[in-house]
Amino acid sequence: MAHEHKLEIFRGLWKFKSNTQKIWGVLAFLSFVTAIEVVLGIYKPDVLMGSILGMKGLNWIFIILTIVKAYYIAWDFMHLRDETKGLRRVIVWTGVFLILYLTFILLQEGGYVFKVYDEGFIKRDF
Amino acid sequence: MSTTVVNVETEGKTWGGGNEPLKASYGKMMMWFFIVSDALTFSGFLAAYGFSRFKFIDSWPIADEVFTHVPFLHGQELPMIYVAFMTFILIMSSVTMVLAVDAGHHLNKAKVTIYMFLTIIGGLIFVGSQAWEWATFIKGDYGAIQTKGGNILQFVDTEGHRVALKDFVVANADADRTQHERDNGLWFVSEGTLPTYTVEEVLHGLEKHDNILVRTQTLTEEGHKTVLTRAESIKQLKENGKAVVEGANLHVNEYGSPLFADFFFFITGFHGFHVFSGVVLNIIIFFNVVLGTYERRKSYEMVEKVGLYWHFVDLVWVFVFTFFYLV
Repeated sequence: MAHEHKLEIFRGLWKFKSNTQKIWGVLAFLSFVTAIEVVLGIYKPDVLMGSILGMKGLNWIFIILTIVKAYYIAWDFMHLRDETKGLRRVIVWTGVFLILYLTFILLQEGGYVFKVYDEGFIKRDF
Repeated sequence: MSTTVVNVETEGKTWGGGNEPLKASYGKMMMWFFIVSDALTFSGFLAAYGFSRFKFIDSWPIADEVFTHVPFLHGQELPMIYVAFMTFILIMSSVTMVLAVDAGHHLNKAKVTIYMFLTIIGGLIFVGSQAWEWATFIKGDYGAIQTKGGNILQFVDTEGHRVALKDFVVANADADRTQHERDNGLWFVSEGTLPTYTVEEVLHGLEKHDNILVRTQTLTEEGHKTVLTRAESIKQLKENGKAVVEGANLHVNEYGSPLFADFFFFITGFHGFHVFSGVVLNIIIFFNVVLGTYERRKSYEMVEKVGLYWHFVDLVWVFVFTFFYLV
């Protein structure tokens, strides 16, 4: 690969003339996303504080924006966009599968322990 | 070293080395192996944090109230501004790293040198900021009381603003106890730093000031901490107050659940250690660039490999930022 770069992001919506320009474009996008996160984190609009699928709407937004940022760091800074499809899939799906599995199990278990403390007969809050 | 040189006679022989499965060189492939396994390590830590948080979901500290400090702006409550700055520094140093890799592809030694240098500077600023953040966290600023059950009681005024212990507690000079050091008292036995006040002094101060209330860790429906009434405040402190907590360590912290501080030290510490090793690797590569090693090799692939690691550190921080400071 090395010397050939795919010079478009957002599925071709934003095209760049050179690799250097693409890097600055991605930086602008990442900074923009971080700014949105920080502003939302400081003001915490009431509209977004309602619970959607067991979690605050705002937290869903944070997690989705984080994954968006992770995608652009991996794809453009780590050059995954320019690697072969096989390598990309091996890296991404191995991680995604194992991390989702681990997260699900631990969060489920944490919720269970909370319930035992909350509703059970063990007194720990004194 | 010879394995990184392309076009040796072993090329084309399956087991002779120089093979490039998936069109990625041996070194790059191994860096990706490392990155995927390291990503799993970090997700293990963050998932464990999630576990502990879900376990104490109704009393976990609110990160916005903990990380409110910015250097040189003393006494102002600016949640997240400094972490956002740190994030930006790290993304910025990632950018200079990609630019270095890009310049490497064009075999432009001067540009690689400059961009590698800027990357190192960015990394150092980040590690320095993290050290400052740790110092602020360890020092604490309001102080709190730990109960017999290990819960934390904080103090607020009637409007709900936090009140520091030093604003309403007066230390009683007569009751002062000296810290037991290893060179006095019992031989070679010592104890940790004593808090400024005793629980009795705090109780005394609370009874004297009508406008001070106790705030527990329990979260209300709206996600705020529960504030007790005046009578309950005094009763709670009198019956359950056990120790004065100022700042944070691995056993107790004034922000709430001890696990919060444990995970803060462990996760940001482990990440900070990664940044530190990244800076060391970058410095080694920087000198190799300056000495012209890659110029002679006609390939700047080492810069690219270290770059992968550096971006990975940035990637991890993006997740730490979300799960520690935002969510």
